[in-house]
Amino acid sequence: MRARLQLDERLSGPLVAVAAVAAAFALGAVMILALGAHPWEGFTALLDGAFGGQRELADTATKATPLLLVGTGICISFRAKVINIGGEGQVLAGALAGTVAALALGDLPRVVLVPVVLLAGLIGGGTWGAIPGALKAYMGVNEILSTIMLNIVAAQVVNYLLRDPLIDPAEIERGTRIPQTERLSVNADLPNLLGGTRLHLGVVVAVLFAVAAWIFLWRSRVGYRLRAVGSGPDAARYAGINVPRMTMLALTASGAMCGLAGAILVFGSESHRFVTDGSSTGFTGSSGFNGIVAALFGGLHPLWTIPAAALFGGLLVGANAMQRAIQIPGSLVIALNGLVVLFVVASVDVRKRLSRASAKRAALATMADTG
Amino acid sequence: MSEFFTISVIVATVAAGVRLATPYLFAALGETLGQRSGVLNLGVDGVMLLGAFFAYWVALEHRNLWFAFLAGAAVGLVMGAVYAVVTLVFKAEQGISGIGVYLFGLGFSELLYRQQVGTPRPARSLPDVRIPLLGRIPKVGDMFFNHSLVVYVAIALVPIAALVINHTRFGLNVRAVGETPEAADSMGVSVNGTRTATILLANMLAGVGGAALALELGTFQQNLTNGIGFIAVALVYFGSWRPAGVLAGSLLYGLLTATVNQFKTLGIVTGGTASLATAAPALLTIVALVVIARRRAEQPAALTLPFVRGG
Repeated sequence: MRARLQLDERLSGPLVAVAAVAAAFALGAVMILALGAHPWEGFTALLDGAFGGQRELADTATKATPLLLVGTGICISFRAKVINIGGEGQVLAGALAGTVAALALGDLPRVVLVPVVLLAGLIGGGTWGAIPGALKAYMGVNEILSTIMLNIVAAQVVNYLLRDPLIDPAEIERGTRIPQTERLSVNADLPNLLGGTRLHLGVVVAVLFAVAAWIFLWRSRVGYRLRAVGSGPDAARYAGINVPRMTMLALTASGAMCGLAGAILVFGSESHRFVTDGSSTGFTGSSGFNGIVAALFGGLHPLWTIPAAALFGGLLVGANAMQRAIQIPGSLVIALNGLVVLFVVASVDVRKRLSRASAKRAALATMADTG
Repeated sequence: MSEFFTISVIVATVAAGVRLATPYLFAALGETLGQRSGVLNLGVDGVMLLGAFFAYWVALEHRNLWFAFLAGAAVGLVMGAVYAVVTLVFKAEQGISGIGVYLFGLGFSELLYRQQVGTPRPARSLPDVRIPLLGRIPKVGDMFFNHSLVVYVAIALVPIAALVINHTRFGLNVRAVGETPEAADSMGVSVNGTRTATILLANMLAGVGGAALALELGTFQQNLTNGIGFIAVALVYFGSWRPAGVLAGSLLYGLLTATVNQFKTLGIVTGGTASLATAAPALLTIVALVVIARRRAEQPAALTLPFVRGG
């Protein structure tokens, strides 16, 4: 009986997640039909554009990289019951710190500079996460709101820096004034992994950090405490865990992951510049939000977030192919991401009810056995 | 700087500020009602985008601006119904499900815009209505009494919302289910029924806020709101869950934005520095959040907590 109960719980997670995506896609198919196009043709084009060949797979992996890192950060914070909505701002902060490091230390050799800019990204994002962390831990400020506000602040600070102090001097000379930095030091470029594609070292870094986060959360004492705070702050407090310190740690670590994603977005980009279009999501491509989708889909488990990020990265890449094939704008994928979030969070309660029901059945069976 | 301190420029800036405050006000008043009943809706921005698109689209196709507003309100109601099911039936974590609503609104409004409209086309924008007598007061009339009807509707909603929340049976129920749902339930007040009503109203107002934005501008574009809905949620905290406080916050936001825009037009600040100034209200909100956190008691006690009888 016990074995069956555990199996139920272990299976219900992935099953529900797959069902959520299936439901989102079914609704997506209805939307496509309503807009007068063929859903099947669209989805085939989408999958083909995302996973159909070496170049497509490389693009998908590249697109998935920031999603995986943000998603890993979200796993850490959500596991501590800290709702970090500030991924967008933390990605920007990391990108900024990495850019500044590359501008200041551009002469360093590549073997040193690449780790340095990535570390700068971690620190930049971590700092931007530590602010709401400290506000929540020591002053009781709601982290959902403070992180949203810090997204706005980060976006505007970046707009300012890329338009004035950090703008490429060539943009001023030409008078075009595109808000972007100069081409950053060649020594900071993330090494390409596969000739003829855009696949770069960032993918490996992201997977390593996801594995590290899993080890931290499930194989370390601190990670255990952090999860204990998430499952019940009061019980954790009685057990002698320093709850504010764990809250602070969760948001800082979460921010650091997002910051690393930001640095990788800069140094793994084709232009090798930090560039914005002035809007809040211009540089990040909403990865601070889409990473939440990947983490939820991965059941807030860093290792499951790896395939989840690959899937959502693929959807974002394949959206362009779908657009070409059936003339349905790729923004459909963003709408579907939203539906996936709704289905996944709504299903948590269903899962709870299911496992409660099966626990009840098990208890009744035990009673029947002994009685 | 001296260019700014001329009567005509200041009048124009204040007038623009009042106008800019309107979408915030609609959305934040709705969110106030929702939060007083214990429901946090982070998806406001997404609902505003949908309301904005549908209002713009109807304005393009039918030219009747009242229908356009109705479209914005209707799409808000639909999203409200979805959110009510997700929140009340499935008891989803509210901080996260709102992000789902946001992403859906962001993606779907852009999808429909690209598919149905494609290239930017101007729609009819709202005509200004000068209020008799008051509108004739020199300067003041131009600042406050020469706006489109929606602006007046938004401001009139402030005392109405306060009245409903504080002096009606419905408002009493809203406050009861937001503070002590168990007690309200034992007194025979339907917790989820009351919350369904506030969620529907809140989302309808978010849709109307989006419609006001699009029709005031007479246009739509991808991510038109650029985060207005998120700020509206913060304004509820800023105004400590009171309509008058929300009005003050919305006006502050509108005026700050209008001033920065005016500075930009006059060349007092360059594009870059203007961005920095745009961040000021967000920083101010964080300060307000710290102050509010010190006086914890004001937040509805059951905010974001799903109601389970006997749970």
